Amino acid sequence: MTPFLPPDWLPVIFAALMGVAILFYVVLDGFDLGVGILTRGQPAAERSRMIASIGPFWDANETWLVLGIGLLLVAFPIAHGIILTALYLPVAIMLVGLILRGVAFEFRAKAPRLQQGAWDAAFFWGSLLAALAQGWMLGAYILAFDTSLPALLFCALTAVCLAAGYAFVGASWLIWKTDGALQVKAVRWARVTLLFTALGILAVSVATPLVSPRIFARWFRLPEFILLAPIPLMTGLLVLGLLVFLRRHPRDGDRLSWVPMVGATALFALGFFGLAYSFYPYVVPDRLTIWQAAASPESLSIILVGTLFVLPVILAYSAFAHWVFRGKASELSYG
Amino acid sequence: MTALDSLMLARIQFALNVSFHILFPTITIALGWMLLGMKLAWKRTGEEAWMEAYRFWVKVFALAFGMGVVSGITMSFQFGTNWPGFMEKVGNVAGPLLAYEVLTAFFLEAVFLGIMLFGFRRVPDWVHTLSTLLVAVGTTASAFWILVLNSWMHTPAGFEIRDGVVHATDWWAVVFNPSMPYRLAHTLLASGLTVAFLMAGLSAWRWLKGDRGADVRLTLKAAILTAAALIPLQIVAGDLHGLNSLEHQPAKVAAIEANWETRGRAPLVLFGVPDEDARTTHFEVAIPAGASVVLRHDPEGVVPGLDAFPGRHPPVAPVFWGFRLMVGVGLLMLALAWWGAWRLRRGGVEGLSRPFLKALVAMTFSGWVATLAGWYVTEIGRQPWLVTGVLTTAEAAAPHAAGTVAATLLLYLIVYAVLIAAFVAVLFHLAGRGAASADARGLFPPVVTPRFTAAE
Repeated sequence: MTPFLPPDWLPVIFAALMGVAILFYVVLDGFDLGVGILTRGQPAAERSRMIASIGPFWDANETWLVLGIGLLLVAFPIAHGIILTALYLPVAIMLVGLILRGVAFEFRAKAPRLQQGAWDAAFFWGSLLAALAQGWMLGAYILAFDTSLPALLFCALTAVCLAAGYAFVGASWLIWKTDGALQVKAVRWARVTLLFTALGILAVSVATPLVSPRIFARWFRLPEFILLAPIPLMTGLLVLGLLVFLRRHPRDGDRLSWVPMVGATALFALGFFGLAYSFYPYVVPDRLTIWQAAASPESLSIILVGTLFVLPVILAYSAFAHWVFRGKASELSYG
Repeated sequence: MTALDSLMLARIQFALNVSFHILFPTITIALGWMLLGMKLAWKRTGEEAWMEAYRFWVKVFALAFGMGVVSGITMSFQFGTNWPGFMEKVGNVAGPLLAYEVLTAFFLEAVFLGIMLFGFRRVPDWVHTLSTLLVAVGTTASAFWILVLNSWMHTPAGFEIRDGVVHATDWWAVVFNPSMPYRLAHTLLASGLTVAFLMAGLSAWRWLKGDRGADVRLTLKAAILTAAALIPLQIVAGDLHGLNSLEHQPAKVAAIEANWETRGRAPLVLFGVPDEDARTTHFEVAIPAGASVVLRHDPEGVVPGLDAFPGRHPPVAPVFWGFRLMVGVGLLMLALAWWGAWRLRRGGVEGLSRPFLKALVAMTFSGWVATLAGWYVTEIGRQPWLVTGVLTTAEAAAPHAAGTVAATLLLYLIVYAVLIAAFVAVLFHLAGRGAASADARGLFPPVVTPRFTAAE
């Protein structure tokens, strides 16, 4: 099959596709990991309702991770090897976390009542572990896999902040999908976790240019500095706006309860664009560009054809699934 | 086998993950179609028992699917963490196949699963049936792409090597590589048999517990008849797959037969203890010229032996034993399924004796045993190659410290052991709960009128 695009374009397109998949993953699995983190210590009835709100979605949400990592694997095979070899331990921990929470989700509804407590604990710890491990990986990636003590401390910070970020998306999801006392609680959670999320974004924004002169130059030179200014400005305004909004929520008649979820999505998207701009065109920070790491143009073309056909279909039927389960979450029942 | 170096540990780790993973798709592939069958049977006959069966087995499906998703994610990462050399060398072929698996199949199953599980009262009935169909199509398509890649690793075709990297030249030849049709048929039938015996085992257990619900009766019967129909097909498919291996991977077949030297009138070894150091089989019980007859359909036929592949053949013992375990379980399945089908014809479900039902319960997970044994035969049988003739397993491994690999291996081992135990326990718990509520069921008939509920 002959490439139908200039071959130089293909790696750029795949980097963009991979970015979109990872952004979808972070927001979508972010809300269900976040809900998992927030279940700790909640009364059984509320815990069940929280988990019911993510029931029909979690399988599909995690599929975005497989797509994101799959695109890295298939489009940038060399980078996939380097990155995952460097992140061996956090990846293993994340996987154990994802395994625990995924199966706990299914088991808790079907196991004998006596074991439910244990599965609920597995659901919480699995969600937390997966979120922390992903945050750690983000930090390690930003610092180009440096393993000095300050670098590890930075990784620990990004771990906590990403977990808080997921908890914020989770709380925003609950504000949208629940009502009554649980919704009031979710508003409280959202306020606290939003502050941590903002702290994390700030830490990453400060650290990234400091560790890499190249990234420093990309941001702090004219005219880029002025052209890029909207990203941090909008992020700051969004955080402030959300804080003000949450002070007066919930509103009468459940008006505008979708706003925090949209705000959280926008916040993650902005952070993501900032990071993407910093690293482009490197897929392994400061070592390997997307062109150096890319698979052959023939292979990329054949994947691209499939992706362009299938991705809109996936988006359409994902939207359909969300529409079917629209409205406030109630107890789920099979069949 | 040498000492447990990091290569061997990485292999054990990946083998553990694949072994754990394969258990669950093996259930969901065929169970998806069984569920569709139940749904359609309910629509056709209006018999509520079919929907009862659906509601029970869809829970088993959800559980198995969840286990499959999380262990599948693990594998997509371990390609990179354990085998970076694999994607560097053959990524141009493996990449698109994996990408198509995720794009066309995985999303289909994962998205429509939500509607299939929880959407019965939220969508029109035909949408629910369609979701069940799409989930079944998704699981099968998923299996198709993965087995295409796996078969290509066994019998690579349609490629060339430029600058040390594999490039696809003919995608048709890549997808329909020589072993693909046989492996696909053999694996799909294995899935059907696994589910048939799982269903027969759990239904027999409920029956023995005194649950005489109409759904137990239906699933017990359907499972036995499915098994009886599939097992002869599987024997034929397995034989054809074996002949295909003889043509393309003769070293594997030589290891299966523990045939040390290339010769005519090669014996068919029924039992023995292969000894790779002495290059002989102790305590051999064999049919003279049997292997030549089976493999060449001629007692004088020359069968390649392990001596034809010095230093490049798989370890003999695991392949030899794995094959005998698989065939042994298959023969047990044949005996049990046909006996059961004959008794059903004679006296219906009441005609099945208690010892027979107990045997079915004992065979509940026999499909898993046979699938794993067969999987080990084919995968260990490919060694020392990762991709036959292109890339060895050792070349693809990542240079991790043995301690790191051992620690994570232990972690996975503990998690998987707990999960398998929990999975089996919960299946029987669900079956027991079905039995316990058998009386109550009649009092509260479930709402079956399909209606469209606005969520608000």
